[in-house]
Amino acid sequence: MYTYLVKRLLMVIPTLFGAAVLVFFLMRLIPGDICELKLAGSGAFFDQRSLDICRAELGLDDSALLQFGQWVGGWFVGDLGTSMWTGKPIGEEIALRFQVSLQIAVMATLFSIVLSIPMGVLSAVYRNTWIDYVVRSLSIAGIAMPSFWLGILIILGILLTTQAWTGSPWMPPIHYVPIWVNPAENLAMLIWPALATGYRYSAVATRMTRSAMLDVLREDYVRTARSKGVMERVIVNRHALKNAMLPVITVIGIEFAFLMGGLVVTEQVFNLNGIGKLFVGAVGQSDYTMVQALVMLVAFIFVMTNLLVDLLYAWLDPRIRYS
Amino acid sequence: MRSGFLKFAASAAAGAVLALGLGNAIAAETPKRGGTLKFVIPAEPPSYDGHRETTFALVHPIAPFYSLLIRPNPDNPSDSSDFTCDLCTEMPKSTDGGKKYTFKLKSGVTFHDGSPLTAADVKATYDKIIFPPADVSSARKAYFVMVDNVEAPDDLTVVFNLKYPSGAFIPALATPFNFIYQKAKLDQDMKWYEKNILGSGPFVFVEHQAGALFKGKRNDNFYVKGQPYLDGFEGIIAEKQSLRVQAIRGDRAAIEFRGFPPKSRDDLKAALGDDLTVQESDWNCVLIITPNHDVAPFNDVRARRALTLAVDRWGGSKYLSEIAIVKTVGGVAFPGHPLAATKAELEQIAGYWPDIAKSRAEAKKLLQEAGVDLSKTYVLNNRGVDQPYTIVGTWLIDQWKQVGLNFEQRVQPTGPFYDTLRSKRDFSVSLDFNCQSVVNPLLDISKFLSNDVSDSQYGGYIDRDVDDLFNKMNQEGDQAKQREYMRQFEKLTLDEHANNFITLWWYRIIPHRAYLKGWNISPSHYVNNDLANVWLDQ
Repeated sequence: MYTYLVKRLLMVIPTLFGAAVLVFFLMRLIPGDICELKLAGSGAFFDQRSLDICRAELGLDDSALLQFGQWVGGWFVGDLGTSMWTGKPIGEEIALRFQVSLQIAVMATLFSIVLSIPMGVLSAVYRNTWIDYVVRSLSIAGIAMPSFWLGILIILGILLTTQAWTGSPWMPPIHYVPIWVNPAENLAMLIWPALATGYRYSAVATRMTRSAMLDVLREDYVRTARSKGVMERVIVNRHALKNAMLPVITVIGIEFAFLMGGLVVTEQVFNLNGIGKLFVGAVGQSDYTMVQALVMLVAFIFVMTNLLVDLLYAWLDPRIRYS
Repeated sequence: MRSGFLKFAASAAAGAVLALGLGNAIAAETPKRGGTLKFVIPAEPPSYDGHRETTFALVHPIAPFYSLLIRPNPDNPSDSSDFTCDLCTEMPKSTDGGKKYTFKLKSGVTFHDGSPLTAADVKATYDKIIFPPADVSSARKAYFVMVDNVEAPDDLTVVFNLKYPSGAFIPALATPFNFIYQKAKLDQDMKWYEKNILGSGPFVFVEHQAGALFKGKRNDNFYVKGQPYLDGFEGIIAEKQSLRVQAIRGDRAAIEFRGFPPKSRDDLKAALGDDLTVQESDWNCVLIITPNHDVAPFNDVRARRALTLAVDRWGGSKYLSEIAIVKTVGGVAFPGHPLAATKAELEQIAGYWPDIAKSRAEAKKLLQEAGVDLSKTYVLNNRGVDQPYTIVGTWLIDQWKQVGLNFEQRVQPTGPFYDTLRSKRDFSVSLDFNCQSVVNPLLDISKFLSNDVSDSQYGGYIDRDVDDLFNKMNQEGDQAKQREYMRQFEKLTLDEHANNFITLWWYRIIPHRAYLKGWNISPSHYVNNDLANVWLDQ
């Protein structure tokens, strides 16, 4: 087990290096120059002198290989570099956003698990009944509806409803406050995006749970348990559910990693100062160093989440052994 | 006819009385102290240094921390020639034949760290803006080409010596980015202000949460007695326009200082009724049609003239103003400014003729003479921003279709858009953008100069006639003469040489919560944002 773990951790290095090479050189193929954007983006005049100063300050005059070497070299001393747009340390910029994205990802995941597993199980146990039809309709709707669109509907719904009830419209806060500073304000802001993304997330997990449960419920050992007169509740909860969880956990793991870096539009809809919004902003601003750091962060989260999921497999299924 | 005129006169008089009465009522309101103003900002500034940056995203949250030497009158910012003192005691008259301006400073002004603000700080500030060291970027260096030197003969006197009299000097001085910095900090590090904030303005910097928020609190030692009225402010960064609109509707913010499209104004008005106040103004921003002078067919002046003759500006103004943030028909100078063309003068310029049928017939004739291939589809390069770029772009394509020219719109994000303009240059025509702060037509038109003079001109042309007129205009002290040169400049640029063309001037619409008082709209989203006279009627 430990050998397996060490091997997997060592494989992280070439994976991340490959991602680093890709993102570094692909970013430089995208047309656009951060200095032109800074100087001309607001319609103001600028001169070649300002452009030259800006490029020299950002090191854009250096060769691409030198820039790459400096960037990768920085990792070994824990230096992620500075944002080309703001000039601030990237670690500082990301840390601020990371807590927002993490909280949303955790809340959405919890919401999804609470919703999807019971619904998926019910749908499988009562397949082809009205319960199954309702669950399948809800899950298909969840997959079909983009979470940002649902988010827009939620905000509009809240505004219209509160205006109709109280006479003055209310909307969720648009500025993040940490949960330990003001829990009510924090939840008033984050509950809605967590619901919007969690619903879509749960739809995928519900379908996966249903499908896995149906497979497991057809297994010989389940039939044997039934023939021995074991209660259906015990069969489902104790024997079937745990075994059906393998693919569900894979889906939950991938979705969690996706939420950590991919809530691009939903974060804008709710004005969440998260990683996704930072990502889009950095791409739009040609902030190479920031995009590079964020890609590496997301790649790292994906790699570690996959490793965790693989380790969970062994716990859930005693037949799986790592050596 | 006579009765109609009388009715009009009577209703105009009644309207004037009502407006005066309303004005007096507003003037009579006593500002209340206290409260925190929350406003939304569409973007985040790259740094805190106003001398380096050009974006409104810097002015909105950071201007309240700083003082200026002079500024547009905050009580009358819509008048583009009304300037007033901020740190100075009175607006000076020029001496030495218009080449010397002496400013006396208010005494007792301090920076937020308690140190006194003196003429040495003002001189150091303007030296940084006008004569920056080799490795320091100054976005407004070119605005001060007329300045020879800046002197500080004593603690409360600043003197600007000009090389020649210039009507552009005072508006340039009033630019809202010219924050007064502390000399000691500049001596320590010329780039100190990129990452730090230390001013003498009405509010003291509290915090900046990257990507989220700017916070300021009242400066209790502010030099204007009784101001600011607010306890503080919070500038919340919200990039999505729909969210900013909803934030005002849901009272998470009282205002957004940039501007909303007409539809958002109407939606907010319908939802909030009397809880909403709407202020509107012409806007010192304009989209410019920029033909590529390097490639056929628009390297031919006849083909370029056809482009402008095909566009029905007078008609377009009516319809576009209902869906986009554009409205006013104008020439190269900001409409309404003393140097701007009157309607009668505009109607003499190609593309502004009152008879659009005649104009388009002339366009067709010119296209034929120039041998333009009408079976070909040309590229209109545009920026991927709805308001008003893609809307105006779509309208132009329809206008050009009326004379047989086919265009496809290539919409690109801002980075690739500028890359196309400056490097690739694979476009037939592009929309370009000119957006300035204090209305200063003498300098604002530098966008139209030869591209070896102006780095921001993307048509790729050299036009020494236009450059000469620009220089004459800027070195002429007499406004009547300046106006004469401006008309010649306009006729050459927009018509005879057909270098590039004005579309419609932008129109600024600011719907805000009615409880926000004291703030007056200006022709620029960069101007009048120090919040000193803003108060909350709550």
